[in-house]
Amino acid sequence: MTLLIQQPALLMTVQDGGRRGYQRYGMPASGPMDWWAFRAANLLLGNAPEAACVEVGFSSAEIQLQGRALLAVCGTGFRLTINHIEMPLWMAFLGRPGDTIRFEKRTGGNWAYLAVAGGIQSPVWMGSRSAYPAAGLGKPLAAGEHLNIPVSSAGGVMFAGRAIPQAQQPAYAADPVIGVIPGPHLYRFAQGSWETFLAGAYKVSTQSNRMGYRLTGPSLAHHSSADLVSQAIVLGAVQVPGDGQPIVMMADHPTTGGYTIIATVARTDLPLLAQVEPGRGTLRFKAVDLHASQQAWVGVVKMLDQIEFDQEDLWTGF
Amino acid sequence: MNANHKGFLRFTPVGEGALLVTFDGALTAEANQQVFALDAQLQQAPLPGVTEWIPAYCSLMVLYDLCLVQLTAVEKWVKDCLAAVPPKFEPPPQRVEIRVRYGGAEGPDLPFVAVYHHLTPAEVIARHAAPVYRVGMMGFMPGFAYLLGLDPGLATPRLATPRTHIPAGSVGIAGEQTGVYPLASPGGWRLIGQTDAVLFDPESEPYFALSPGDEVRFIPLED
Repeated sequence: MTLLIQQPALLMTVQDGGRRGYQRYGMPASGPMDWWAFRAANLLLGNAPEAACVEVGFSSAEIQLQGRALLAVCGTGFRLTINHIEMPLWMAFLGRPGDTIRFEKRTGGNWAYLAVAGGIQSPVWMGSRSAYPAAGLGKPLAAGEHLNIPVSSAGGVMFAGRAIPQAQQPAYAADPVIGVIPGPHLYRFAQGSWETFLAGAYKVSTQSNRMGYRLTGPSLAHHSSADLVSQAIVLGAVQVPGDGQPIVMMADHPTTGGYTIIATVARTDLPLLAQVEPGRGTLRFKAVDLHASQQAWVGVVKMLDQIEFDQEDLWTGF
Repeated sequence: MNANHKGFLRFTPVGEGALLVTFDGALTAEANQQVFALDAQLQQAPLPGVTEWIPAYCSLMVLYDLCLVQLTAVEKWVKDCLAAVPPKFEPPPQRVEIRVRYGGAEGPDLPFVAVYHHLTPAEVIARHAAPVYRVGMMGFMPGFAYLLGLDPGLATPRLATPRTHIPAGSVGIAGEQTGVYPLASPGGWRLIGQTDAVLFDPESEPYFALSPGDEVRFIPLED
């Protein structure tokens, strides 16, 4: 059984939870841009929380289901249709052989995740199915390409119709306020830069991708220089090079870098930031305490793992 | 926090799932040595919940899964490991030899580097192949090693206009750095040679020819 890519999105790859253990060799971890939607899509189907999904990014896409499978799509910024019939996101449903799954790009987001029961069975490189085309680990999905899915994909028929309650989805917004944890190099910035950073409105530049989101807005000044001895970077780090315009490190971020980092985006708010549309939405930052953001993140993960699903009365067609 | 903690040990939480250990604000041989001593010690006594750690020139970033382990436990683990590093401990390095064809079409900037430093091409080759380099850290692209130990007399500025395509295996100089491109990429390094050594192969283990802390020698190949 397969998924046939009929129309690829601008950025469309297979992603699982990411590639662990090789960052010391310069290998980015990759993984989903919106970890919350990705995790939710898997949990809806009874999958392992980090099973491989198709990540659809930035533009419309179409996939044909060749077989019977339990499916779910989570994310935002897309209208989902199955054979031209609109279907809600954040809900498990059964797909039949020949079904056309269409992701129609709308405003309000960039990324959606198509999960299938059992997970996409694409090749594993270095312990992960996450594609990282920059180093030859997979390619962006192309028209005519087939992705293997497990034959047992339609197994959990009873999961069809269950949904993630609105309250347990990220509070996506066109102009969100993003929590940031100060540091590690806040002391390298000129007096007033932190206040400027928190007071300013930033747009996501169209020069943004899975590696990083470039922000344009109030410029942030350094004491002396923006450069430091290269060190490791984490997901969500807000790097500020010499031009004073922040760059947020996203899923495919380089493992090391030599620019000062003013703050790190809170994990719970990273999905909100990932979904802000380049050239369109505006975001602001608010300071959050490390301990509080740690508790919030663990809280969301536990909440998703123990979720009580809504049950929609769904015609399954079986 | 103060800007200048020279020779100072510092622990900085970074986001919800990382702890940065900084040995020095500057790239010193001592700090780099301390990084790899700690790296070796951490490998001997791994802590459940710590997913990986990334050594760099004078710092080391520990990444952990917050659902499995707390920051305080990670910090204690690192401190215990630091305390367990013997004073004279030097991690046994892996020694890697990289055979290089210098000059010609594969090292198109060798003549420039020679003229820039008033040397003959043969002298540039001899000086580049003389030191035992250390992989001070890795990054920039998978398998790319930042090598410490370039003869300062070979330091050469980057190209004003980067090349759009540099083949995998190219050996170059950029400022006071030297290194080998594991993958084809654009870049502004001065290319002085080429190796057939595969530095990164995602298809088969070991995926990487070099590791942080390794010692590296370049062996000139005769034509």
